[in-house]
Amino acid sequence: MQILRLGGKTLRFMSLRKVAMGFSTLLILASLTSLFVKGLNFGLDFTGGTAVEVGFSQPADLQKVRSVLAENDFADASVQLFGSSQDILVRLAPRGDDVKAEVIGNQVIEALQKADDSVVMRRIEFVGPSVGEDLKEQGGLAMLTALICILIYVAFRFEWRFAVGAVGALLHDVIITIGLFSALGLEFDLTILAAILAVIGYSLNDTIVVSDRIRENFRKVRIDDTIEIIDMSLTQTLNRTLVTSITTILVLIALFVWGGQTIHGFATALLFGVFIGTYSSVYVSSSLAITMGVSKEDLIPEVVEKEGADLDSMP
Amino acid sequence: MLNKFPIWKYLLVLAVLAIGLLYASPNLYGRDPAIQVSGAKGTDVDLSVVDKVNAILKKDNVSAKSTKLEGGQILVRFKNVEDQLKAQDLLRNSLSNDYISAINMAPAQPAWLKSLGGEPMKLGLDLSGGVHFTMEIDMVTAVDNQLEQMEQDFRSDLREEKLRYRSVRRVAGTERMRVEMRNEEDKEAAERFLESRYPLNVYIDDSSNDNAFYATMSEQKLKEIRDYAIKQNETIIRNRINQIGVAEPNVQRQGAERIIVQLPGIQDTARAKEILGATATLEFREVDENADPSAAAQGRIPPGTEMIMSRDGYPVVLKKRIILEGSHITGAQSGMDEYQRPQVSIKLDSKGGAKMNAFTKRAIGKRMATVFIEYKPSGKKDSDGKALPPIKVEEVINVATIQARLDRSFRITGIDNPAEAHNLSLLLRAGALVAPIQIVEERTVGPSLGQENIEAGMTAVALGFAFVLAFMLIYYKGFGLVANIALAANLVLIIGVMSLIPGATLTLPGIAGIVLTVGMAVDANVLIFERIREELADGRSPQQAVHFGYDSAFSTIFDANITTLIAAIILFAVGTGPVAGFAVTLAIGILTSMFTAIIGTRAVINLFIGGKRIDKLSI
Repeated sequence: MQILRLGGKTLRFMSLRKVAMGFSTLLILASLTSLFVKGLNFGLDFTGGTAVEVGFSQPADLQKVRSVLAENDFADASVQLFGSSQDILVRLAPRGDDVKAEVIGNQVIEALQKADDSVVMRRIEFVGPSVGEDLKEQGGLAMLTALICILIYVAFRFEWRFAVGAVGALLHDVIITIGLFSALGLEFDLTILAAILAVIGYSLNDTIVVSDRIRENFRKVRIDDTIEIIDMSLTQTLNRTLVTSITTILVLIALFVWGGQTIHGFATALLFGVFIGTYSSVYVSSSLAITMGVSKEDLIPEVVEKEGADLDSMP
Repeated sequence: MLNKFPIWKYLLVLAVLAIGLLYASPNLYGRDPAIQVSGAKGTDVDLSVVDKVNAILKKDNVSAKSTKLEGGQILVRFKNVEDQLKAQDLLRNSLSNDYISAINMAPAQPAWLKSLGGEPMKLGLDLSGGVHFTMEIDMVTAVDNQLEQMEQDFRSDLREEKLRYRSVRRVAGTERMRVEMRNEEDKEAAERFLESRYPLNVYIDDSSNDNAFYATMSEQKLKEIRDYAIKQNETIIRNRINQIGVAEPNVQRQGAERIIVQLPGIQDTARAKEILGATATLEFREVDENADPSAAAQGRIPPGTEMIMSRDGYPVVLKKRIILEGSHITGAQSGMDEYQRPQVSIKLDSKGGAKMNAFTKRAIGKRMATVFIEYKPSGKKDSDGKALPPIKVEEVINVATIQARLDRSFRITGIDNPAEAHNLSLLLRAGALVAPIQIVEERTVGPSLGQENIEAGMTAVALGFAFVLAFMLIYYKGFGLVANIALAANLVLIIGVMSLIPGATLTLPGIAGIVLTVGMAVDANVLIFERIREELADGRSPQQAVHFGYDSAFSTIFDANITTLIAAIILFAVGTGPVAGFAVTLAIGILTSMFTAIIGTRAVINLFIGGKRIDKLSI
């Protein structure tokens, strides 16, 4: 079985290069606009505050919960169903310094239990403002470090134009994925950050497979036309790109549907990221490399050749 | 000959798989909710205690799966968490304070596996249920307290040196001390004196024109204060966790001013917080030499005295009058005396020094006890549901004979070993907490949610796995089957490695990492198989196609995996808790999948087609 039977035909991917570039630019601009106008709906990890998840024995009466909380000085609480009709999530913004913030979670549960003794504590999360700030800083730092390390590795293994192409594709994926979270107002917390780093890993994986093939064809095939070689490489790797995307998306669907409420956002970010990553490895990285004028001569330095040969004989 | 492995390569693959299977297998047996009963303060736990425990549980109809005495501890296993928690309450109330009952999730693997070091994977708090606290030490207050101390020290030192000052005070809102002398001459003398007396701690800034100068603490001194504060708090927290009753607590420093406390299985977070936040004080009291401690232990206590148990479990009779309270202690340091014996040197503030001086003047040769007092939450409620006031718990942590008239600085010698001296010094400092501590992050997961998370995660893994197996089989037929075998082997290896590495913890995002690795692990095989198809399409023989397929795909697979590994390592370095759990499974999955997808599948394929005449490949 094969997804596409091309019979040795080369698909002219790069003829659509300009269209794809326009499309990507549009998406990035839209993402940035949304980020600028709406911003991100940062989760507890970054904003600080308290979140309490409780379970009821019968479907929860949100109106009643709100009034019980209001009576107990938690009028600012946001209450919503979480995952099922019997579970609710109560969120509270950080309080002033004079309140012992770490006991708020317990107080909320106590108040709810007094009103309805079937209430069970499922989860309490409290993040102090200083911790939230730190997590934000660390998260940004992680993303940046990952991109830089990958840039260095790819530049070392390939050629700088490919490295820039690869990292360009990664930025593209990251910005658009974050843009989606902003546009849809989905909560952005630490696990989403982890998912985005996984998307970076995945998308890079794809990009490298393609770049590897381009490098190989530049050396092997006696054609001077860069675009034709890139088209040929993309066609040759297309089946693999699709198969891997399909298997990954299959498991992600399993995670999205059955993985539980807690990692729903995580699965969402990954699913979307894998779509975008697949697209970007075909169009964005190669287009960027072409734009920067990659050519056959750039890819045949002796040093790289030897290194590649070494590795090839390893298994 | 193409596609033949030397025999050792087959053996290697088999050996790796066998070890992986062996160490993954403890996970099949699961864990039992259990309670660990151990003796406090060196009390022995023997068979009579086992009977006592069984009797207590039987009386309230809590059925235990098993009760065993192992290595000086009793392990009682239960069928479910409700029984476990009920039993802990019962044991806590019915057993005397000589025993500690701690909840635990005891692995249920058979003894032979355990003897080989086979343990199930550690579960993160999001799966096992429990509390994670991040506690932050208030360093500003820590430094403030020391500055206050410095102000007093300066005054008394200058007085002793007969250097008359006009004023010594802290410049408000800064960490500078302003010292104003009567004249230029005194000022220079004071500068010289303070500089030599506090060579590391004082920095003289002679910028002002009048007869005043400024002093600040050196960077080194500040660092010392911070280190001191964090160490002290860590020790106190460790001591307190024993009271909460968790068998496998995790206390760990994070950065310069935070401490992480993880308590798996705990549900009553309010109580845990109270215990961790309890206050501690210290008193020095005179030992009543005329009283008979053993008589006192039986209740015959002379008037005006009081019997307090020591940390090692013997009774000490003390006079009620307090010589000195812990708030006068400004420092305590463990070290060695001139005979290389462990000692603790103690510093008092000037008021404390005066009191100590007045007392010891007429008490040489008598013994002085150090009493450590903690206010522990009772954990009990009155009939209205209101929490009862905390219980005062006193403990004698040291008894020493007064050798000479003491004042502001003295030392306790004759301590058994350096570790004890160190502990004593930390407790002495706890008498006057150098720095208040505050919970800045809490993540509590109830046991029901933990169980649901495990179930959801497992369902997702199973279904995702099934989808991929089905797809690969349909798409690549015979070779797909080989890839599927490799995928299963990969899953076993990930679990085996996770179980073997002591620091690896399985979290919900970690399960997501495994799911993701399953999806991505087939990528290596897809790359290889697509290559083989291409080679076949180019007209190579099946044997050659397999050979070149594997060869040419290798460097691509390697590059692609290394970059994902970079992302995983960075995630691990920066992330904490669940995110780090994701990074760990992702990284392990990448490494094991490279082994199974490249070497593992090759071994199977070579075994079937190597050296044979093959006309067609099932791909």
